Formats: sequence, C-alpha cells, structure tokens
Amino acid sequence: MTRTHFSPVLRVIHWTMALLILAMLFIGVGMVSTTGPAYPELLLLHRPIGIAILVLALLRLAIRLATGAPPLPADLPRPQRLAAKGSHVLLYAAMIAMPLIGWGLLSAGGYPIVVTKTVVLPPILPHDLALYFVLRTLHTLVAIAFFALILLHLAAALMHGLIRRDGVLQSMTFGRPKPGDPVSSESSRIDEQ
Amino acid sequence: MNAPASPGKRAGPIILIAAIPLALAITFAWTAGWIGPRRLSGGDVADALEYNGGGAHPGYRRAHAKGLCLSGAFDANGAGTALTTASILKRGHYPVIGRFSVAGGNPLAGDGRNVFHSMALIMRAPDGQEWRTGMDHTPIFPVADPRSFVALQRASLPDPKTGKPDPVAMKAYLASHPETKAFQDHIAKAVLPDSFANATYYSINAFRFTDANGATRFVRWQMAPDAPLAGLDKAKLDSLPKDYLFDEMVSRTAKGPSRWHLQLVVANPGDVTDKATVAWTGPHRVIDAGTLTIDRVRPEEQGACRDLNFDPTILPSGIAPSDDPLLAARAKTYSTSFTRRAGEGPGPSAIGKDLHATEAAR
Repeated sequence: MTRTHFSPVLRVIHWTMALLILAMLFIGVGMVSTTGPAYPELLLLHRPIGIAILVLALLRLAIRLATGAPPLPADLPRPQRLAAKGSHVLLYAAMIAMPLIGWGLLSAGGYPIVVTKTVVLPPILPHDLALYFVLRTLHTLVAIAFFALILLHLAAALMHGLIRRDGVLQSMTFGRPKPGDPVSSESSRIDEQ
Repeated sequence: MNAPASPGKRAGPIILIAAIPLALAITFAWTAGWIGPRRLSGGDVADALEYNGGGAHPGYRRAHAKGLCLSGAFDANGAGTALTTASILKRGHYPVIGRFSVAGGNPLAGDGRNVFHSMALIMRAPDGQEWRTGMDHTPIFPVADPRSFVALQRASLPDPKTGKPDPVAMKAYLASHPETKAFQDHIAKAVLPDSFANATYYSINAFRFTDANGATRFVRWQMAPDAPLAGLDKAKLDSLPKDYLFDEMVSRTAKGPSRWHLQLVVANPGDVTDKATVAWTGPHRVIDAGTLTIDRVRPEEQGACRDLNFDPTILPSGIAPSDDPLLAARAKTYSTSFTRRAGEGPGPSAIGKDLHATEAAR
C-alpha cells in the first residue's frame, strides 16, 4: 500500500519548526529595526531559538533521509513536481544555513557567542571584519528569501488542500482520514520511492 | 470531497490562498519597520553622528573615531562577588584588551577639545564570558534617550567657519533639554584630564548586578586611577599638539604600566537608574573589586581593538542592563556602526600615521 503521510516524528518537527522559524524571522527583522528596548529583549531570544532551529533541522534532515516522503499525486504536472522538490531542498538549505551564518557572523565579528546565560559556544570562523560584513549582509538577504520561500510553500500547501484536494497538505497533518478523503484514494498516486 | 474544487467554487479558496500569505507579508513588513509608524533605527542614530561629523568617515567608528588600542589585565580581589555571580569578579587574573579614545567622528581630529575622554574594555573570563564596557570621563551624559541624542547631534552641527554650533539651533534644543544644559555646565567647570592615565572613567549607565542569593542591585561602576588627576589648560586647548593625549599615553606606557581600581557603586534607594543624565550624589556603598593594569598601548593598525565592537550590553552572567533606554540604543547603534565600517574597510589611525611617518624618517 502506498503511504500517504510523512513520518509522525517528521510531522511533529515540521510544525514545531514552522512556529520557531516564523517567530525567528519576525524577531530578526523586528530587532534590527529599532534602537528601543525591543532590540536587546529580542536579541536574547534570537540566539537560543537559532541554535534550536539548527539542531532540529539537522535531526529532521536525518529523519527525512531515513524515512522518505509520501509520493506526489500522479497527475501533478512536471513543472509543479520540480518546483515542489526544488523548494523543499531550498527550505532545508535555508533552515541549516541561517543559524550557521548567524553563528559565523558572530565569530567573524569577534563577538562572544552567548546562547543562554551560561552557554557560550566557540567561534566557527576566524575574527575577520570583511568576512563579518559578507555574512551579516547574507544573513539579511537569506532571511528575506527564506520568508518569501515560506510564503510560496504555504500558498502551495493551501492550493493542494483547498483546490486540488489531492492529499498533499494532509500528508503533513494529523487529521484522521475520513472515508472518501483523498488521502485514502491511493489509485491516483504513484510511488516514487 | 476528493475531486478538485469545481471552477465555480474556487473563488473562496483562491481568496484565502492569496490572503493568508499576503497578511503574513504585511505583518512582516510592519515588524521590519518598512511600513507603519517611523521608529528610530540604529541607522538613524549613525546618520545623525555622521551629519554632526560633517559627513561619514568611511572605515571608522561613527563615534569616538580617534583611538588607541590598550592591553593589560584585570586582577579581581573577589570583593565584587558580594554583588554578582559574574565569574570575572571572582579572585583571579583576567586578560583585558581595550581602547582609549576621544569623542567625535573624525579619526584625525585634534586632542585639544573639551569632549569625552574614554576607555573601552573587554575583560575575558576563562569560561568564555565577556564583560564589554565603554566608559567616559564624566559621571553624567548629556542626554537620557536616543531621540534626544539624535536631536543634539543635529542641533550641535559645528559651523565650518567658527567650529561652533549654530547658536539659534542650539538655544532651541537646550530650551527643551535642561539635562544637556546641566551637562554643559558640568563639563565647562570640570577638570579636563591631561592624560588618559589620570582620568576616572564612568560606566555612564546603571546595570543590574545579581548575587549568588538571587538578590539584584543597581550598580554604576568607575575606573579610578592611581595617577593623580591633573587638568589641561582649557584656555590653551587650540594650541595643544594635535595628538597630545595619545602621544603622552604612548610615551608614559613605554616607561611603565598605569593602574585603575574598579569601584562598584551600589545605588541608594531613590537613585535614578534609568537616566544617565542624573548623577548619584551623597555617600554610597562602594566596593573596590580589583585592579586594572594597562601595560601596553598600540596603534589600531597593530592592536587587537580596532575590529571589535565595545557594546556595553555584552555582559557576563550575573550582570545585566538596567532599563536605561540609552543602553539598548548604544547596543544597536554600535552594531550598525560596526557593520558600516566592516563593509568599508579600515583606514589608518592618527597614531598609526605618526608611527609610519617616524619609521619612514629613520
């Protein structure tokens, strides 16, 4: 029988990370916009959440590689299949790259990498101001691209769930399939594993 | 339900599919400050500093651009542990790097000005914790909040001919900022130290110190020099050699180290802890937490201080910022200045230039 869902652990991590990453993107653009008290307050959240995202993303990648994904609907046009695969690769890349760029820019800027009051991480790059500037700029650009990618991902998921109703959205949710729901109509799916 | 929505019934879903990401995008733009009410950014403060300095000096700090690297050690005597769990105040010997500087955005300005003389430090504990501080030689600051700081930079733009601010603009500013007037009166009367080595440097802002029992107290600190204070003749500042203070510190340090005592001043009930414009007066509990010894100074080209940000909110566990709005603004503005100069690439320092000239003449 063809599988219809991502592994349950992966689904839990997906929704946990969805919340964390959205929160993180808002915290990031919010904190750098102001000289007000929100700046240090948000900065205190930014680093521990960033490291949590890095750990979860690596764990998630390992589980995803080990457990695979349910197949896309057989009737999904080829360009959409490519867009789906490509955007997922980019989402994983951004999830892992953003915390590493952040860690790297603090290292290159000669900052202590204070995650929590008592956890200080070692630098991962040499103290180099030119390198700091490249990474600091990249941190903003990748963040904006990441957010745009998430919006596309969200719109695509809604399109699958509300218009095509082809089970793609349900493959990442926890609802029990009702009789006649697309997730139980395997005939329209092909197995790509 | 398993068939795709029929074309006639797609309007609702399509609106939803467009509306949800759009709403998120608008919220994101508002959070980033791209839309909605104007807020004061680090860039706004850095721009005001550049404006006051007659334009940006690319590659240099936007404030306190003229500086000299220092290094040495902090010997904690352990007395500070009565106030904080910070490991750097436990008895021990900790490496210190830092920077002496004078106020202003021009890295090659003369030293004969009645402005802040400053000491910035990074003290490092073996556990990776750092205590960064940027201190000035006056116990009070001219403004209490970042908006006033920007207004002061705008109002006090020096006229290129006279070197003085436009009196009309300054008068209008001072009318609504008595705290700046009080600062001006103070600095007009106060001794202007004739050496970096004999000045007391003040933490400017108050901080929260938390001890091992979890008790939190507000503290301001100061570095009190062993060398006796002597002042420059304020009437003859114009004739002071351009790099007098820096050259004096270089030659003084070649002969021997300079020392300061770290004094932790605990707030009395009723002391103002969120305004750097208000001095703490009268008797206070003061703890001498140890000795700072500076035994080496080097031009920024050779020292370790140039490519660092002396953000006063980088603090060890056990010390935290107070609610003083200047602290958040200093942190953000320093970061913006740091990123700007990182992208521009460093330029020569006043002292480094002199050094190269001396070497070339040999």
